[in-house]
Amino acid sequence: MYHKTVPYRIFTVFNTIGLLFLSIACVLPLIHVLAVSFSAKSAADANLVNLWPVHFTTEAYHKTMDNPLFLHSIWVSVKRTVLGTALTLFLAFMAAYPLSKENSDFKGRSVYAWIFIFAMVFSGGLVPFYYVIQQLHLMGTFWALILPGAVNIYLTILMMNFFRSVPKELTEAAMIDGAGHFRTLFKIYLPVSTPAIATLGLFSIVFHWNSWFDGLLYTKGSDQYPLATFLQTVIIQHDFSSMSLDPTSMALISQKTVNSAQIFIGALPVLLVYPFLQKFFVKGLVLGSVKE
Amino acid sequence: MTHLKKYWPLHLMVLPSLLFLIAFNYLPMAGIVMAFQDFKPRLGIAGSKWVGLDNFRLLFDREDSIQVIWNTLIIAVLKMIFNLIAPFTFAIFLNEVRKELFKRYVQTMVYLPHFLSWVLLGGILIDVLSQDGGFINRIIESLGFNSVPFLMNGDWFRFTVVVSDVWKEFGYGAIVFLAALSNINPALYEAAEVDGASRLKQTLHITIPSMLPITIVVGTLALGNVLNAGFDQIFNLYNGMVYNKGDILDTFVYRTGILAGNMGFATAIGLFKSVISMILIFVSYRAAYKWANYRIF
Repeated sequence: MYHKTVPYRIFTVFNTIGLLFLSIACVLPLIHVLAVSFSAKSAADANLVNLWPVHFTTEAYHKTMDNPLFLHSIWVSVKRTVLGTALTLFLAFMAAYPLSKENSDFKGRSVYAWIFIFAMVFSGGLVPFYYVIQQLHLMGTFWALILPGAVNIYLTILMMNFFRSVPKELTEAAMIDGAGHFRTLFKIYLPVSTPAIATLGLFSIVFHWNSWFDGLLYTKGSDQYPLATFLQTVIIQHDFSSMSLDPTSMALISQKTVNSAQIFIGALPVLLVYPFLQKFFVKGLVLGSVKE
Repeated sequence: MTHLKKYWPLHLMVLPSLLFLIAFNYLPMAGIVMAFQDFKPRLGIAGSKWVGLDNFRLLFDREDSIQVIWNTLIIAVLKMIFNLIAPFTFAIFLNEVRKELFKRYVQTMVYLPHFLSWVLLGGILIDVLSQDGGFINRIIESLGFNSVPFLMNGDWFRFTVVVSDVWKEFGYGAIVFLAALSNINPALYEAAEVDGASRLKQTLHITIPSMLPITIVVGTLALGNVLNAGFDQIFNLYNGMVYNKGDILDTFVYRTGILAGNMGFATAIGLFKSVISMILIFVSYRAAYKWANYRIF
């Protein structure tokens, strides 16, 4: 056996070390941020923090949580994530059923399929899109964060592919018993597709939570920002107007530690759903990509 | 009529999605006419002056937009190449790990950055790559080198953008290769073993050839991204100092169209990008279908 030979054993040692190094490199920046967020301002400003907090304190988290705009942006994010995911799943679930039919079984399927495909590969671009949002009077409303991305074509395709793997006999049996398409969809497909819906739901949750550009484009002012947009303006654009810090507390708290705390809080929900996501997404990805 | 009688539930099921697609995908496509206008928001599409192809002429006359097209191409192509090589290589090395637990641990760690947004990663990278005592530059200095202007020098910026994108995506991109690896018939390896082939020989003559079809598919499908240098990433990492080498079509569109209000010109740039991308996507899907019998819909 090859794995008992000396050269291969040497290779295994190096391979293990290399992969270990690589895996740590993927989370190292996150650990650094976590360490800074729990460090004292002085230590963070003097660049003394590496991968472990220096002079441990939760001051930065207190300051972050005292900022009403920050808390409000979390609320906006939660709302958009819950409502947006529910709507996306509903639309994908409904549309996937007719799309999963064979062209011969459902004339018109190919027309719909092309409408979906074309929308996926071609777009009017940012400016016309922006103009349409304006003309539909969505600008500055909460719905601008939900409605434009409600149809997720990629997730619809994954759902469609899943429906195609449902045994035809199930549908035929239901049809013979006199069930219509709606009954079949809700009584037969819905129960068997819970794992698929859960997977797509997790993808949609992460997608909504991470979306920031629409919040920047379609809202009017920082009191409408979702968390991701709030963080973008504060951390990347250094727009401190939304940081309700008076000069004295500003001096007490290093921007670095507060920023780090905010980054970590922003990543936390993703880190929390990640274990569940990981269990599913390998299957989901393969489901949508390789098909014979 | 009989068709509708029999199939109305199916049409009804697509209808909600269809309405959303019309409102938010097809209506903006109609807005493309702005690319042929000197568009003024207060005059609207009906009232704005038609200027023919002036906006497109401007796109190829302005020095900055030519530079932006080059930047986009260079960054996007580098990303396409390394985002193919890195996951491919990583999958082969990970496949050699025989301890399931260690394999799962590595996978858990390397898939993670894919799910974090560029806002968060941008915030982290700006901090750790800073020359003013950032974590990474501290390590570089402690090794006796000069600090590196990762985000402050145009060439380094491109380097940083490509490397950080590969860092974020190589793990996730490896999933499809790992799936291909697990589908290789073990009998092939057993036969090679009997013939006395070393593991290196097995890798070169069994593993890599078996991965070629999926590699062709992944590589071809990536072609559609040739003008997609990654808006989220660039926008959250760049600054005025690196516009000359780091500004890409999407960020340029945002600044000229939305911030500066030059909407007709920005629409033209967007249209230029959309049309080329669409052609490439159709060509690549055709090719993938022909070569590897791959189809999505």
